[in-house]
Order: sequence, then structure tokens, then C-alpha cells
Amino acid sequence: MAETRVQQDAAAGGPSNVATRSRRQDFLRVFFSNRLAVFGTAVISLFILMAVFAPLIAPYDPLQQDLVNKFAGPSREHLMGQDELGRDILSRVIYGARISLTAGLAAVGIATALGTLVGLVAGFFGGWADSILMRLMDILLAFPSILLAIVIVSILGPSLANAMLAIGIVFVPQIARVVRSSVISVRERDYIEAERALGAGNAQIILSGVLPNSMAPLIVQATLTLATAILDVAALSFLGLGARAPSPEWGAMLTDAFRAGYGVFQQGQHAIIFPGIAIALSVLAVNFIGDGLRDALDPRRRR
Amino acid sequence: MQERFVSKGKSARIAKGVILAGIQQTRTISRRHFLRLSAAGFTGAALLGVAGCGGGGETISGGGQGGGGAGGGNTFVFGRGADSVSLDPINTTDGESLRVTRQIFDGLLDFAPESTDLVPSLAIEIPKPENGGRAYTFKLREGVKFHDGAPFDAEAVKFNFDRWRDSKNPYHKGGGGQSESFAYYVGQFGGFDGDSIITDVEVVDEYTVRFTLKQPQGPFLKNIAMSPFAIGSPKAIKANVEDFWQEPVGSGPFKFVAWNRGSTVELEANEDWWGSDLPASQGGGGPKVDKVVIRAIPDNTSRVAALTGGELSAADGLTPEDVPSVRDSGLKVEFRPPLTIGYLAMNTQKKPFDDVNVRRAIYQAIDMDKIVEAFFGDTGQVATTYMPPTVPFWNESVERYPFDPEAAKQLLKDAGQENLETDLWYMPIPRPYMPDGKGIAQAMQADLEKVGVTAKLVTYEWGTYLERTGQGDHDMALLGWTGDNGDPDNFLNVLLGSASATETDALNIAYYKNPQVDKLLQKGQTTIDQSERERVYLRAQELLVEDAPWVPIAYAKPPLGFQKNVQGYQASPTGGEAFNTVELTGGGA
Amino acid sequence: MQIIPVLLGVSFVVFFMVRAIPGDPAQILLGQQATQEQVAQVRENMGLDKPVIVQYGLFLFDAVRGDLGDSVVTGRPVTTELLERLPATLELTAFAMLVAVLVGVPVGVISAVKQYSLLDKATSVLALTGISMPIFWLAMILIVVFFVNLGWLPFPGRLGTETTITAFTGLVLVDSLLTLNFAGFWDGLLHLIMPAIALGTIPMAVVTRMTRSSMLEVMNEDYVRTARAKGVAPWRVIFKHALRNAMLPTVTVIGLQVGLLMGGAVITETIFSWPGVGQFAYDSINRRDYAGIQGVVLYGAALFVLVNLLVDVLYAIFDPRVRY
Repeated sequence: MAETRVQQDAAAGGPSNVATRSRRQDFLRVFFSNRLAVFGTAVISLFILMAVFAPLIAPYDPLQQDLVNKFAGPSREHLMGQDELGRDILSRVIYGARISLTAGLAAVGIATALGTLVGLVAGFFGGWADSILMRLMDILLAFPSILLAIVIVSILGPSLANAMLAIGIVFVPQIARVVRSSVISVRERDYIEAERALGAGNAQIILSGVLPNSMAPLIVQATLTLATAILDVAALSFLGLGARAPSPEWGAMLTDAFRAGYGVFQQGQHAIIFPGIAIALSVLAVNFIGDGLRDALDPRRRR
Repeated sequence: MQERFVSKGKSARIAKGVILAGIQQTRTISRRHFLRLSAAGFTGAALLGVAGCGGGGETISGGGQGGGGAGGGNTFVFGRGADSVSLDPINTTDGESLRVTRQIFDGLLDFAPESTDLVPSLAIEIPKPENGGRAYTFKLREGVKFHDGAPFDAEAVKFNFDRWRDSKNPYHKGGGGQSESFAYYVGQFGGFDGDSIITDVEVVDEYTVRFTLKQPQGPFLKNIAMSPFAIGSPKAIKANVEDFWQEPVGSGPFKFVAWNRGSTVELEANEDWWGSDLPASQGGGGPKVDKVVIRAIPDNTSRVAALTGGELSAADGLTPEDVPSVRDSGLKVEFRPPLTIGYLAMNTQKKPFDDVNVRRAIYQAIDMDKIVEAFFGDTGQVATTYMPPTVPFWNESVERYPFDPEAAKQLLKDAGQENLETDLWYMPIPRPYMPDGKGIAQAMQADLEKVGVTAKLVTYEWGTYLERTGQGDHDMALLGWTGDNGDPDNFLNVLLGSASATETDALNIAYYKNPQVDKLLQKGQTTIDQSERERVYLRAQELLVEDAPWVPIAYAKPPLGFQKNVQGYQASPTGGEAFNTVELTGGGA
Repeated sequence: MQIIPVLLGVSFVVFFMVRAIPGDPAQILLGQQATQEQVAQVRENMGLDKPVIVQYGLFLFDAVRGDLGDSVVTGRPVTTELLERLPATLELTAFAMLVAVLVGVPVGVISAVKQYSLLDKATSVLALTGISMPIFWLAMILIVVFFVNLGWLPFPGRLGTETTITAFTGLVLVDSLLTLNFAGFWDGLLHLIMPAIALGTIPMAVVTRMTRSSMLEVMNEDYVRTARAKGVAPWRVIFKHALRNAMLPTVTVIGLQVGLLMGGAVITETIFSWPGVGQFAYDSINRRDYAGIQGVVLYGAALFVLVNLLVDVLYAIFDPRVRY
């Protein structure tokens, strides 16, 4: 599965100082001067609008069947053609944005929550807690990620929710590593020492001092993980472990069309092409944003 | 035969093994002798990519060794959806295992090509029932030899049946995943030892053998003709019963050559086959090709692609969508006579489906003509009753309830179920009786929505699906059946008798229990009087139609695709064709 | 060296996770018509009646000796099943990786050298597109274009029906050359192209990106600037000084990608009916084949760990400062 950028991106970013107004302006200026990042933001905004306003935008009910017109090609009535049950592919792609984006976000949310917790604890306390947690993360990393996800889904039972959970768990180690390394670099800074000297408890130090200063690399890593998570949700659907029929999840749309028989190759090629473009475009956009964020948040990377 | 089988309440409990069979789809390159030796070295060498450097002599192939492929030459390459599980016919439950053993082994009796009529095979005539159906005497064919040279005689028949029915027999075992289950024996003949309907197999003389039965069994001879009860070489079984499942020895038209797991089974012609001179109408003739390669390509779309690309001579498991595509590619399509039924079972033990009016409402809410047209096309016809028309005693006078959403709404209203919320299960993979369960479920869901029934679609991986429907977790579920022997008992009793409505691994997943129907089915099973059987089965169908435990969907005619040069393939309703009559004419595709 | 603890951890986790999957393997083995006593007997034979921790101990003991138990479904040792499938997967993975490196490294270098050129920008966008495509979609598109529409490449499987190759290593390309079976080699190569592209696209994109960024970094280092200033020919600077050092992170990434290819192989092999370990992995899970799942996951984890060990060794070669 596409677990593309693991640590090389994670290591980037690094520590940063307390955010200031000028820094924020700086960040925005750099980010929006990156044309690809702007493009990515625009595309994702478009997908989000599509998802939110799906009932208004979609020309048809995404579940409305028209069995007589199976695999009918693109036409004026059906811009992207019809699928193996004669449903309007454009409408399904629009509604699918809801499912695919939500699923990806949910998976990343799970990974970020768990990963941040692990990374904070390991990095802040160090010692045996660090050793045990990070060894555990090494073990998870050593699993072939899709197999791990498949096994988890097998235990929990196949459903979109469980697929999100499984993928979330798979990405925990990567988030944890990023958070841990930035926590370690922040831990010994003067202002942390100062807080400690003022009698702040561990929780307070973590929340007010450590966490905010670990945000930059975390955001970058979470964004890049989102791209991979969207892909992996689709992949699990392909393997029959994700979204359920008749849900217009993009991965499931592709799979259902492909599995509908050889006719898909002869009359139904559009049923394979469009949902795939939707996946690739949304993932690409997220990746553009991730790259832009990284460049903007990491001063060393600006060239 | 595909996933579940056969008469008798007991057989209801066998489903699980079958499950595995349906899903078996691994593939490999066979290098097993070498590999066994090197297994211990696995962790080190293999991981680094030094997969091995010994062996040799074994082959990797997409199809046959040497010779021609699909397009020409004299190798018949048959593409199918899953690999075999075992090649010992008695220790398999899946159609894909039996497809292969069918070529290697012969039974005492056989089904005539393209039907389920009985014809003699290793027996030279169909025996008459004696003592009111409590005994049968088989006259055996003389001069037949197994592939290992051992002679076929009455002792060989006795040896095989004793191996199967006697749990104390030293050879009552086998290897492989399906070992020691002898599932089909239990299913068709009641069980082992004291449970076995066959109580004695007696050698009368070298070529005469006499079976004694505990009680008359209506479908006895049809059972005997089924592929699992083919006769294996006693010499080979005695020599190594543990490996018989992967080194099978029979007397059939083809000899076993190699089994490349997950990929191909290779067979070669048995030049000395006893059946060469028999007429084709009795399953004789041939073998007319030098080699047979049976290749597993699990993905339907890929398999048809392999056919159109010339990699296969023939392909099983075409979807209705594929039929026009395959024809457009200049290939031939043939259909198996329908011995299947697909249905939507409603769980009659659960509210509100215990109410016959609710079941009828569901029945009338679904536009089956439209669904069958869309999902079966040329490959099926709308079902009217609970078994296909090729089975004897099919009741042609019963009819479907008409599609009528208004009537359905009214029925639901009367039953107080105006906003019924329920679930509808569909199988995750294509089956011969239902090529697209998912699509059909979605179409039904849409129809039900129109009468106010909200049906949530549910599915599981195939094994789990059978397990969970087999314990009644569903409200409504799609399933189907491919007949084994063309007897009504093999449909009605197996699928709707209360003995099959077991707590786990039920075959009667409507959990339909009607004492009146049970009594009729019991009568049909234990009598050999044909007019009596006709009466009870016609009546049983009338009662079933009234009670509507299922919404019958269609009788499917599973399509097969062929290269233009393939002649003489005799499509069988049971789906288990013998390849001896297959011929490859010159030219090629 | 954390190989041992990591592998132990993986084995522990997988052992207990697999036992959490619903379904009783003894029942599966017996095909369900078995009596209670038979099931109990088989459970005993399989060691399922012992405490789980004892089962785990026995499993480890056997695994160390290369015995991963018998597949519940096929009735054969999992080690045998894996070994039979290994060459197919290795051939696919190695080929995919080779393509990724042969394309990715030069393109990455050129991009870095011609930074901000149109070529560089196009490469960046293409590489990002590469990692944004679902593997299975890419595979489907390849099949539609090259098999269905153009008819240039064969599908599915490793070899055509008419091709037979004598097996020594199980690697089609190697065996066909060893036996001078050039038609077989060609057929195998054609069958390999689409799955290898599907599997290799992501690593290719990652390698390209990594090579580019580390080249950029290295070219800003003082010693490279010095070399340039001294008038060393630009291409000589790139190859002699920059590339060698820039390879370090690239090698790391390649190592990580090899481990991750296992996941891609599950999907690629499913689509292309490729008889490899990925197929076996998926089948095992579908059939609740405990031993099979354990074997596959351990194999994948061991491969991952070993490849990364190899990466460490390569590090030493590329970077003289690192000594073990």
C-alpha cells in the first residue's frame, strides 16, 4: 500500500520557536507563493464544497439505478456516464467525496491522537517509557502495513468504520516518531526550564510549552498521512474490507465496476476512469498542500 | 455441488469445509520435492532472496508443458475460478476438486452427457432394485485397469466403499485440508458405521458386487453416480493413503501428471482407457487431446481476458455481461442446462418474517423480470418454483406471485409493517446460480424502498457469510444451489426440510419448518415408487409456493466460453464435465 | 541491532492478533460434520488445548527451526507454501525496484542539477502524481490501455499458456536465460511489465524526490562549492562528489520502500493473478489460516528488518565515516 513518505518528511520540519505574528505572516506568504500549494488548496476546497453541498450539486440520486443503461457512456445527461447498475457516475463521485474524505480524515485523526500521545509521553519523559513505547512503534512499523490493516479489519469485521480505525492504527508510529523527535529537541529549551522553575507540573508544561512547539512538523506529517490514508481506505475497499454497497466510496466504485465482468473493458472504461481520477486528484492536492506546508513551516527549506 | 450439498439432515452440518473450497485460490509454481528438503533453510536463505538453486527438471508454465497451447496443438486449457482443494474424490466437497477428479476417476454409474440421466460406467448396466429397494447387484466391466496397472474388480469396489463407510478401516483417512471428513459419504449415505445406509458390500464373484441397504433410498443410484463415489486404485491407496489426495490414481480417461498449487493441474491422455469405444451418448469416446491443463484464475474479469487473449481454450464462470463480449471477440459461448436455483431466503423464525403476508409482500415488491433481465440476460430465466425445470417432478402449474408494489404495500399495512427496517445479505463473490449478488441486492433494495421497506445491505467474506447465514443471523439473505444429481430430494429436502434448519451450518437458511412438507419430503426420499414420488414432490411445491419462505429468483444456465477450435464439449447441468470428448480442430484461434 | 527484539515483538503481536480473529481452526480443518470428540482430538493435535502462552512458546520454537506449521486449508507446511510463492514475488518486487532506481536516480539528479527548470518542475509534479495514484487503479488503467485497447502486453499471470520454462530458481527471467529459452524470457518479460510498473511507480516517485532533494542539499555543501570554484568540470563534480554523498538518504528510502512493497504486492498480485506471496497473504486471511497469516506477516517483517540491515551496511560503503 502506498505508505510513501515515512521518515524523510517526518524528520524535516524540526523544532521551531514560539509562533509570532510575523512568523505567521511569513508562513502565509510563503505558502501562498507556492503555486502548487495554492492549486492543491483550491482543489481540496472544491472537493469539500462538493461533499458539503452534494445534494444540491449532484444531478441525480447516487443510488438511483437504471439497469437498462448499464455502462452507458458519457452523454449530455450523464457527463461521466453510468456504472454497472446504470447509476450516474458524476453524482456518485460527488457523494463519494463525503465518504472518502471523511474516512481519510477520520483515520488521520485517530493516528494523530494516538501518535501524539505516544510521542509526547516517550519524548517528554524519556527513559524506560521512551524505550518501551518506541520499541512498540518499531514493531508496528515492521509489519507490512496493509497486512496489519487487513488483520485488524478481519478481527473487527469488515466495514468502513473499522477500515478507518485499522488505517489509523497503522499510521500511529509515524506520527509518534515525529512528535517524539520534536519534543526531545524542545524539552531542554530555556523557556521549558523556566516554566519548570516556576513550578509548572508536567501536564502544564506539555500543554503550554511542548505541544505548541511541536505543532509544525506534526501538521506536515498529518497532512502527508492524510494523502496516504485516502489511498489506503480505497485499497481496503478494493480488497472488499472497506465500504459496503451501495455506498459510493471511490475505491468501491472502481472495484465494483472492475469486478462486473469483461464488459467493463469493452463498454465501461469510463466507470473505471472517473472514480480513479477523483482519488488521484484529491490525494495529489493533499500532497501539494503537504509539500507547501513543509516548505512554509521549515525555514531551512526555503530556497 | 459448489458450496453445499446434498440430502439428509446430517449433510446440513458439512458446509464449512466447502466454504474453504470455494475460496481456495492460491497459486504457485510447484517445486515441492526440492522445497521440502530446503524448508529448514527458510529463514535465512529465502529471505535474502536466495530462493534456491537446486531442483531443476520441474517447470514453470502458464499452461501446458511443451506442445501447443490454447490456440493450437493438442493441449486443452480450461480456465476456472479456483484451484482444487484435494484430488481424492471422496475427500473433497468443492466443485473445483471434483472437476479434476472427474477426469482421473470413473464411478460405477455416471450421468449421461448434458443431463442427469443415469448411464452405466464401470458397471455394465444399471441394476434393478431388489427386496423393495434394500439391495442392488452391480455387474462390473471386465478388463479395466487403473493407471498404476492394478486391475479393477469387485474387490476394488468393496475396498473403496469399506474405506469410506467404516471408521475403523485402516484406510479411512487421507491427507490435506479436507482429510478424514468423507463429507459426501456422510451427506449421501447417512454417516459411517451404524449410521450408514449401505450396511454391506459383498463380493459375489470377480465382476459382481452386491450392496445391502438399511432402508430403501429413493435417489440411491443417482447418489452412486456422483463424482465423489468414483473408484480409486486400491494398490495406490494401500501404498500411501496419506498422499493419495495429491497423487490420485484412478481408471479414467486422463492420468494425473502434476499439480502446481494455486495455478494448474496437468493431466495426460490415458491411451488405454476402457471407454474409448463406447458411444458418446454414454459418455464414451476419446480422449481426443494429448494433454489437459486446468488453470485457476480467480478474478472473473482476468479469466475472460485470458480467454480472449488466447491463453485458454475454454473458460468457466463467465458473467452474463461477458457473454456478448466473448461473442464479439469471435469466440463461442455455450450454456450448461439449468440445474441451479438462486433465491432470496427470508428467516421465517424471525419477526416479522414469521408472517406469511410479510413474506408475500416482499415477494410482490420485487420486480424480478427486470432483475433477471438485467443480471442474467441470456443466462437465466425467472424461477417459478423451488427447483429448476430439469429436475424430475418439476411442477409446471405453479406460478409466481405477480410483481405488484401496491398489493405489497397493502399487505405490509395489514401486517402492521408499514415502515419495516430489515437487512438484506448478499454473497461477496459471483456464484454459478447468481453471477452478481451485490448488484441484485442493490436492485432489490431499491424496489423494497418503494414499498416502504428499508433494507440494509450486509455482506461478509464468503466463508463467514456461509457461517453466519448458517446460524440464522440474517433477516433476508441471497443464496443458491447447484444440484448434485438432478434429484428433487437434492433440492427440496436439502434446502427446505426442517432437518436442514440446524442451529449452525444450516442449509435451510429460511429456517422453514412445515411438518406437512417434511412428511412429503420424507416419503419422497424413502420410496422408490416413481408415481408416488411424483405425487409428493408436486404437492410439496404447491405448499412451498403458498408459504413463500423464499423469493425464488432464477434458474441460471451458467455460460462457458470457448475458442473456435474447441469441439465436442458436453456442457453438463452438474457443472462437472468429462473432457474425454473434447477435440481441438486445426487452425486455432 | 534491534532485529531480534523487533522480530520477537512482531511474532508476539501477530500470534495474539491472529487468535483474535473469529473462527475455530479445528472446526475449519474438520469441515464441521465432525463430532465433539473429533474436534477435541484435533484441537489437542494442533496444541490448541494448551494455554496460549505455551502455544506461543511452541510456535516460536518451531519457527526458529523454519517450521511455521501446516496451512489449515491446503494441508501443507506454510514454509513450503511460502517458498513456492517466493520466487514470483521476488521477481516482481526486484524488477519493480530496479525500474524505480534506474529511472528515479538519474531523473532526480538531473532535476537537482537543473533546479527550477521546466524539466525540474515537471518532474516534481509527475513524481507527486506518482505517489498519489492508487496502485489498483493504475493497474486497471494499464490493463485497459496496453492489454485491452492496444493489445501490446499480455495479461494475466507470469507466462503465456504456450510457454514452459525449466525451473531452477523459480525466477522466470533467470531460468529462461539459464536454459537459453529466449522465447520464454521474452514472454516472461512482457508479462512482468504491467505489474512491475503498477508496483514500481510509487518507489520510483519516492526515489526521484529523495535523490533530488539530497542532491540539492549536497551541492550546497562547502566541499562541492570548493570543487566547483577550483574549476572541476561540472559533471565530474556531480558524479564524483555530490552523487556519492547524496546517495545516503536515497539508499535509506529504497530500503524502506522494499519493505513497503510487500503491501503493494498484495494488491498487484490480486489484480494480475500473480502467483506470489501477496496472493497467499490475502487468501490466508480470507480462509482464517492462522499458520498462513503468521507465516506471511513474519516473512514480511523479517524482510523489512533484513533489508534495513542491508541498508546500514550500504551506508558504511557509501559513507566512509560510518564504521561498524
